This record gives sequence, C-alpha cells and structure tokens, in this order.
Amino acid sequence: MAEKIILTHQKINGPDAEVIHEISGVNVFACYQCGNCSATCPAVDFMDIPPHQIMRNLQLGLVNEVLNTKTPWICLACLSCSVKCPRSLDIARVMEGCRNLILRRKYEYFNIHTLDSETRLKLPPIALIANFRKNLL
Amino acid sequence: MEIGYYPGCTLKTSARNFERTALAVLELLGIKAVELSEWYCCGVNFSQVQDNLMLQLAPLRTLMKARDSGFTRILTLCTMCYNTLRRASLFLQADEERQRIINDFMDRGAASYRGDEVTVIDLLTLFREIGISEIGHKIGRSGIDLKVAPYYGCMLLRPREVAVDDASDPTIMEEVLQSVGCQPVAYPMRIECCGSYQIVNEPAVVWQRTRLIVESARQNGAEVMVVLCPLCHYNLDSVQLEIQRTDSRFQTLPVLYLTQLLALLAGIGEGNDWSLHSVDPRPILKAKGLL
Amino acid sequence: MRKIGVFVCHCGINIAGTVDVKAVVDLLKDYPGVAYIQDYKYMCSDPGQNLIKTKIKELNLDGVVVAACSPTLHEATFRGASESVGLNPYRTEIANIREQCSWVHHDKAAATAKAQLIIKAAIEKVKLDEELQPVKVPITRRAMVIGGGIAGIQAALSIANSGYEVVLVERQSSIGGHMAQLSETFPTLDCSQCILTPKMVEVAQHHKIKLLAYATVEDVSGFVGNFKVKIKQKARYVDWDKCTGCGICMEKCPVKVPSEFDEELANRKAIYTPFPQAVPNKPVLDSAHCTYFKTGKCQICKKLCPFDAIDYTQTDTFIEEDVGAIVVATGYELYSLKSLPEYGGGKIVDVIDGLTFERILSASGPYGGIVRRPSDGQVPREVVFIKCVGSRDPENHFPYCSKVCCMYTTKHAMLYKHRVPEGQAYVFYMDVRADGKGYEEFYQRAATEDQVVYLRGKVAKLYRENGKVVVTGIDTLSNRMIEIKADLVVLASAIRPAAGITELAKLLKIGIDQNGFLTEAHPKLRPVESLTAGVYLAGCAQAPRDIPDAVAQAAGAAAMVTTLFARDYLYHEPIIAGVNTDLCSGCGICVGVCPYAARSLNRSKGVVEVNEILCEGCGACVAACPSGAAQQKNLTDEQIHQMIKAILT
Ligand SMILES: Cc1cc2nc3c(=O)[nH]c(=O)nc-3n(C[C@H](O)[C@H](O)[C@H](O)COP(=O)(O)OP(=O)(O)OC[C@H]3O[C@@H](n4cnc5c(N)ncnc54)[C@H](O)[C@@H]3O)c2cc1C
Ligand code: SF4
Ligand code: SF4
Repeated sequence: MAEKIILTHQKINGPDAEVIHEISGVNVFACYQCGNCSATCPAVDFMDIPPHQIMRNLQLGLVNEVLNTKTPWICLACLSCSVKCPRSLDIARVMEGCRNLILRRKYEYFNIHTLDSETRLKLPPIALIANFRKNLL
Repeated sequence: MEIGYYPGCTLKTSARNFERTALAVLELLGIKAVELSEWYCCGVNFSQVQDNLMLQLAPLRTLMKARDSGFTRILTLCTMCYNTLRRASLFLQADEERQRIINDFMDRGAASYRGDEVTVIDLLTLFREIGISEIGHKIGRSGIDLKVAPYYGCMLLRPREVAVDDASDPTIMEEVLQSVGCQPVAYPMRIECCGSYQIVNEPAVVWQRTRLIVESARQNGAEVMVVLCPLCHYNLDSVQLEIQRTDSRFQTLPVLYLTQLLALLAGIGEGNDWSLHSVDPRPILKAKGLL
Repeated sequence: MRKIGVFVCHCGINIAGTVDVKAVVDLLKDYPGVAYIQDYKYMCSDPGQNLIKTKIKELNLDGVVVAACSPTLHEATFRGASESVGLNPYRTEIANIREQCSWVHHDKAAATAKAQLIIKAAIEKVKLDEELQPVKVPITRRAMVIGGGIAGIQAALSIANSGYEVVLVERQSSIGGHMAQLSETFPTLDCSQCILTPKMVEVAQHHKIKLLAYATVEDVSGFVGNFKVKIKQKARYVDWDKCTGCGICMEKCPVKVPSEFDEELANRKAIYTPFPQAVPNKPVLDSAHCTYFKTGKCQICKKLCPFDAIDYTQTDTFIEEDVGAIVVATGYELYSLKSLPEYGGGKIVDVIDGLTFERILSASGPYGGIVRRPSDGQVPREVVFIKCVGSRDPENHFPYCSKVCCMYTTKHAMLYKHRVPEGQAYVFYMDVRADGKGYEEFYQRAATEDQVVYLRGKVAKLYRENGKVVVTGIDTLSNRMIEIKADLVVLASAIRPAAGITELAKLLKIGIDQNGFLTEAHPKLRPVESLTAGVYLAGCAQAPRDIPDAVAQAAGAAAMVTTLFARDYLYHEPIIAGVNTDLCSGCGICVGVCPYAARSLNRSKGVVEVNEILCEGCGACVAACPSGAAQQKNLTDEQIHQMIKAILT
C-alpha cells in the first residue's frame, strides 16, 4: 500500500499546487470524483493513474506524485474529459499544467534525436509539431 | 465568392491530396479560396497554458496578417489548424489585459488586434453556408452504393465553444454524404480520438485507437472512411497496415479525405497522389465506378 | 321474517374463477329469508351498487348480504349504498367469498359449496342485526402542543392562527429548542436567531396561545376530542406575574453554573434565563445550585429584586387542561460523546459535538463568534469534521441516518473557512446526502469555493498528542491512509430522541420505534399522525430532520388538528359491547379485562356501565362475562350460534 499521507494546509496549498492552478486556471477542489473524465478518456489504458486520480491527488496536495506519473504525457489533449466533466472542469488543462510545470524545470520529455531518420521523414509535420508542442518548452 | 485560405504545415506536404481536391471542389461550388500571402505554423495544438501568452503569438500573428490583407474570414481545411486559430482568437477576445500585452509585443507599427476582426471557419461550416442541397445538386450522383463512415475526431467538436456541430451528436458530415448520394454509416466511434500526436512517442495508443475506430466502422458496414484532419488520416490509415502485419485477420478500411470523395463524385479525377495512402482505396473506388 | 337481498359478486375471475357463482345463486334462491338473489360481474362498480339500491327500494328489503371481497375493502361502500336509499347500514353485511374462499382454494366444487355456507351464515347474521346509530361525541376545540422547538412553535402558531386555542407546554424555561442555539442555517446561511425569535415573540403575544414554560406533562386521560392532561408547573421560585425581566437578579447572583445553552463553554448564574432573547424572558431559579437552597444564606436576588418577585417558598403545582388534540414535538438531543470511546469518550476537550461548534460559531456565543478551541482559546488552523458518528453504525451504535449532519457539517466547514480563511477544513464522510432544495449546490460551494477537503472514509482512531488531536483514517477515493494533526475535531454525533420520550409516549399511548423515535401511523400516507386518534407528531421527535422539514411537518400536524376541529361531533362505530343490566350481577370482572378503560362499575346501581366512546368493540369483556350480560352489538351470542348452525346443518 502506498505511503500514508500526512495532510496539512501547507501541503494542500503548496507552491507547486499553486503553479498548476496558475498554469491551468482550474480549481481542482471543484472535482467531486465522479470519474466521468477517466471513463471517457481514450488513452486511459496507457496511463498509470487515470485522470480522476490526478484530480484527487492534486486535491490532497500530492503534486510530486502526480508529476511522477506518465499520465500527463500520455494525455492526447483530445478534450474528451473536459467536454464530459459535469463540474465543467477542464481536466485537459490540468494535464497541460502538469506537463508545463515539469518542462519549466528545464526537463524535456522528448528528444528528437531519439527518432531514427526514417521515422522522422515518414511522420507528417503535423504529428511532429504537435508532439514538440506538448513535450518540449 | 472569395475567402482567405490558411493551409498550415501539412497540407502542402503529406496532405496534398486534401488541399488539391478541396480547392477543386470549392471552385466547382463557386468559392475562390485565396491563400494568405503570409502565414505561420499555427502550433498545431492550442496551448492550454493560461499564464504564458508567448504560445499564442504564432496563431495570432497569422490572423493579424490576414486582417492586414483585408480578409474578415479565413478558411482552414485542417481541423487542428481550425481548432488552434479559432481558440486563439477566442482566448484573445476574452480579456483586454491579454490584448494589451500581446499587442505591445507585436511588431512595431502593426495596428492592434482584438481577436474578433477575422473569423476562422472550417470546411463543414462553409458547406453548410453554401447549402447542403446545393452541394448535392452540383456534386451528387445517384446509383452509387458506397457506404461511408464519417469520422469527426476531436478538433471539430471540442471544446464546446468551437464545436462546428452538436459536440456529442454531430450530423453535418452525414448530411453532406447523404446529399451527394453516398450512404453514411452510423457507428459509435465516430467522435473518438485517434491517438493524435502520440504516434511519435506512444504509438501503441494510436494502434489501439485505430483498431477500435476502424473495426467499429467496418462492423457497421463501412466500405471507406472519410476524415478532415491530416493527423487523423495519417494515424487511421498508416497504422492499419502495421496492425495487419501482426494480426492477419484484421480487415483494412481505406481512409479518404472527405474532399477526395466529393471530387471523384464530381468527376474531378486528378489531384490524387495514391502513394500517400497506406490502405489503397482504388479497388473499392473502381468497383463503385468512381475511378 | 326478514326480506333479505343477496348480491353475489364475480370480481372478474377473482371469485368466479374458483367459485361457480351461478350455482351458488341457484342453491340459495329458496333459502329462508332470501327475497332476492342476483350475481354480477363487479358489484362494487356503479352499476353493481345501483342494482343493490334499486332492489332495496323496489322490494322493500330490510337486510342485505353482499358476497364479495374482504369487508376491510368495500364494507363501507356497500353500507353507504344501502344507507343512501334508507336502509340502516348496519343491516348490510359482507360475506367474504374471495380472501376466505376463492383465493385460497383450487377445487371448484368444494369452493362453491363453501361459498354457499359463508353466505348462509351472513344471511343468518343479518336476520338478527339491529338498526344501529353511530355514537356521537362532542369535540373540545382546543389543542395542546408538547415541546416548544421550531416544530412545536410552528404547530402552535398554525393552529392558533386558525382561531383555536393552544396550550404550549415546554419543559425548559424558554421556548426555541435547538434552533435557538444554531449560528447560521444551511443552505442560505441566514442567522438562526434572527429568523426564529420573531416566531417566538409571536407565540408570546398570541392571545390564543397559553404558554406553559418550565412545565411537563404528568398524566393524560380521555380520548380523541376529549383529552384531559395533567401538567406539572415546576417551581421557578420567581413570581412571573411580578417579574418584569429586568435581569438584576441574574447580574448579581454570585453562583456560576456551566451554561447548558452554551454547551458548557460559558457560565450562567443560579438564577437565569438560558439566553437573552428567551421567551418568556423571565428567569427561573435553579435550586440545585442556589446558595440559599444549599446553605440557607445569600438571598441576594431577593434583596435586590425591585418587584419583590423572588419567592423561595414556591412549590411545583399541577394544572389540568382539557384539549381535543395533542401535537407531540419534543425534538431531539445529541448522542453523548461519552458513549463514543472510539472518539475519545468526551474526555478530549478539543473533540466536540456539532451543537458545541454552533455555539463557538455564534456571534452571540461564548467567544463572540471568533473560532477558538475550548482547551486553550487558540484559533484552530486544522479542523477535522467527522460525519456519521454513531449513525449508520448498526453494529456499535444506531442503524439510521441522522439526516441533518451532512448539511450542517458542510455549513460548519464553510463557516469556519469564512472566519479563518488561512485555516483548513477536512470532512471525513461516507456519503454526502444533499437531498434538499439548494443542498447539493451548497455542498459544491463548500468544496469549490472554500476548498473544504472531503475525505471519503470513516475515522478509525483519534488521540491527543502534543496539544493536537491526531486523526487517522483512510480516503477510499485515493486508497491512501490519511493522518491529520488537528487543532479541533467536530463530531457529527447521532440525533437521538429527547430524554423522557418513552415515558411521555406511554402516557399518550403512542408507539416508539426500534430507535426510540415516535412511530407514525403510516410511513408514507399518515406521516404526521400517531396510531392513537387525536395525537399528532411533528419535528425530530418522529425522526431526525432539518428545519424546513420540521416546519412542514408541524404545519401538516396543525392541519390535521384543524381538520378534526372543523367537525361538530366525532362519530364512533356503534359495534360496541353493551351491558344487559337485567343480567349483570355487578361482579366487575369485565372492568379489569377492558384494555381501553371503557367499563366502570356503578356501585349504587350494582351494574357495570360502558363509556361508548372509549369502547373499541374488541369483545374481551364479552368473553369474560360469566353471566352473558356483556353482549357485542350485532355480534350477539345468539347471532353467532345461528351462524354456526347455518354452516353445520
Ligand atoms: C449541530 C446542528 C446544526 C444544525 N443546523 C441546522 C441548519 O443549519 N439548518 C437546519 O435546517 N437544521 C439544522 N439542524 C437541525 C435542527 O436543529 C432541527 O431540525 C430542529 O431544531 C428540530 O426542531 P424540533 O422542534 O423538532 O426539536 P428541538 O429543537 O429539539 O425542540 C424540542 C423542544 O421540545 C422540548 N421538550 C423535549 N421534551 C419535552 C417534554 N417531555 N415536555 C416538554 N417539552 C419537551 C425541548 O426542551 C425543546 O425545546 C442542526 C442540528 C444540529 C445538531
Ligand atoms: S469528470 Fe470532472 S468531476 Fe468527475 S472526476 Fe473528472 S474532473 Fe472530477
Ligand atoms: S485530454 Fe487527455 S486526459 Fe483528457 S480525455 Fe483526452 S487524453 Fe484523456
């Protein structure tokens, strides 16, 4: 079982949580954990924790745990979740917030040199640019 | 009628078939799409970051240039371009402070931009303006028994503010297909995501999505699928062969741009480079007398 | 010889499917006394009833047997039909050939034979049926309301505003109940006292309401429309006729007693009103704490009272009131923290219950509305609220849901955040039940705007450590164990019926459910009535509920009372047990067996007499009477013999 959480006001309102809030503009506390976002997410099978768990963890101030998951990087920015959320929360923006928080720490999730040149040439520009946009700053 | 036209990165390259057939069809419908003299990559994905305006500069600069060239409306063919440009204008319109900062940053001498001077529209909206029956009248053919799965994907429908039709139950593509004498196929996966840019990092996502979408269309009787996004086209088309390589029972389904199909129906045969298709659509098109 | 009409119903195939109705008619058409016999598909339908009415008139029938379904369903229908054409309704009897015959048999021949016997017995009964008239009783158009919380206040005002007198009995020295203790009320957050006190004043000023504060019900006799209630007026040691409520006595009294109203967070005096807006706003003297009563010295209040209202010689007095209806609105109390060892058993000062937190939040409360914790007066920064404490816990405490805690906890967390914006509120919950108007929105507001962290799970344990209360639980949404070092813990402990409810229910002869709340006559269709005619229920005495529901129920109970009062007389079934005074030996055996106290021995006449209103016709006396003097009307021994004979021969 995962580690016990010692909850405090500081933890819940920590600086990283604040940054994600600023980047995304989403008040994660409005989420009532219905799970609709995860139920609709087309990429959920590939995520280590589903989108609603990202929201829950952020409510509990577990920002670091969230940043250590693959979920934001798997997110397709398809906005299925954002359209479905009954509390009209833009979960996709929260995902963007998580990605950006990491990228702003000078970490590049994707390195173009890892692609072999054949693949690089085969892929349409739209795919590459969209990818850079999400995974590089 | 004349309208400004924004091509975007892929329409000049791997999505040439889309651009050529779209422009030809529009011409037939009496629309002259005039390519903007100066345009920049839109960024493909609208940046959802709220606190960094830099990421909006590229799409907004294109819109400013369009305004400077005297256009009040511009057309995009690629749905990702549509989504990004349209949302960038809404993002700017929504907040005067944003407008001030962006305009301060822009090139010296440029007139300031509020976001509502140029309207971005997509092909389906333009079709609706022209009139669905008019399209049927000019392009339609009878006696073509072609079952077509319309695929919407994400960017025409989400977020709700930029949806070109009802976000959970769109009908516009079906209406167009019906009007030109094809049989639209109803299937549940038509508004599901194809996996998008994960084709680069996590192709497994795209594989799973493609299989789901294609099989759903096939099971409901589709003979071809039509799309409006170069990325959807690439994903849904190219990945099918790879799936078939690992599972020979998988049945492929040709994927066309909607405008390729319309052009063929209108008797415009040229403009298609069939080598850009992984699943060869020619056999079914020939069988239906379209080639 | 009687002229009896027999009407046999098919009830579609309900009866006709198993009983050969035509054969029954055929077999009975020549039975002695039968002047007319006919079958019909649905006797209860309009054409069916019309057939009965026409034949009564046409043939001058003086008795009717309807062979159909159970009398509990259509006896009233058919007796009504007979009465409408002038036949005494008690000369119309039902022969139940459905529930007692067709529905319980398969063999058609046997069922047909049995149906015939049942009808024969009914014919014999009708032959000896007397013409009876319902017993008529006048009504005392005056009501009593027991309990002066918001439910009792509303009931009293509604009845009084309909023009009837009300006696309102409240055991505390002021009305108001728990609502007076609340700070602000969900979901609109209006100040509780601000909306309550105008109603309290209205009660005080209403010329139709007689307010008996500091009083309890000691005995109840009588029956619907005619109750006699004995009330104890507890000694107040203050002559309220002289007292003006100036308050000098309370100011000068040297004795400090923990205030019940302030949940012991502050003190009151030995002579006191529970709170400044009390109604009546006159003090009572608490003799258990008064120095004069303990030592014979002091008398400060007496010396200082400018109106000479203090009277140490007062004693409890008893009053009798005649009323026609009673509304019970005795409310609730909170489950004592002492019964909750898992949550500190009331020994941890900073673990408090909901009402205590209401007093802490209240602007007129002991801390002037500044949120402090009781142990050291510090402003708490981390506050944990725990719901379902004692509720929804059939194994250890109570099985039911206390209904109001979800919303008041939401309110508490929200109000706390409004007072202490830099603090954090946590709510441990099993469900959030927000079923009232505006409640879901209220809950969402707390989570969204006040960032109240809702943790889904029950707290297993809490203990005191270094000036904090350590709370451990699980959040089943994230499947993570949670620990919070809280400055203050507020328990939403179960709503319990007010102390003394069992004794009061016994006096009123009304039921109590397995959880101790008063039982309604029907959970859906008669929610404000008790099973005893003329006694109605309102507010938390019946089940936990919030203010809007308590008020609605009180208004409903009041409407039942005024409906009762709208009649001139009450009518009572005449099927009662009479006394044949020629046979009665005055032995009095029946007096002892009557469960309704309807029989009494008239010693001068040497016979038993019956109070026809109280008699429910149960027949216990008939069976007990050794001389056959007690006879049930229209169910005499002779009738029963004839019925048996008809079946056996
Ligand atoms: C912490 C807390 C917060 C709450 N907050 C809200 C809120 O914000 N909004 C809301 O709608 N509801 C709230 N409630 C619920 C609300 O308190 C009740 O709905 C309401 O007080 C019920 O009124 P009542 O008249 O039925 O009972 P009570 O208020 O309990 O009144 C009963 C009265 O009867 C008297 N009495 C009892 N026994 C006898 C007897 N034998 N003889 C004579 N008199 C007797 C008592 O002294 C008392 O005055 C809250 C409850 C709690 C515990
Ligand atoms: S859909 Fe919205 S409310 Fe439901 S779990 Fe996801 S974010 Fe929370
Ligand atoms: S935007 Fe991301 S998280 Fe939301 S549904 Fe799409 S892939 Fe899932």
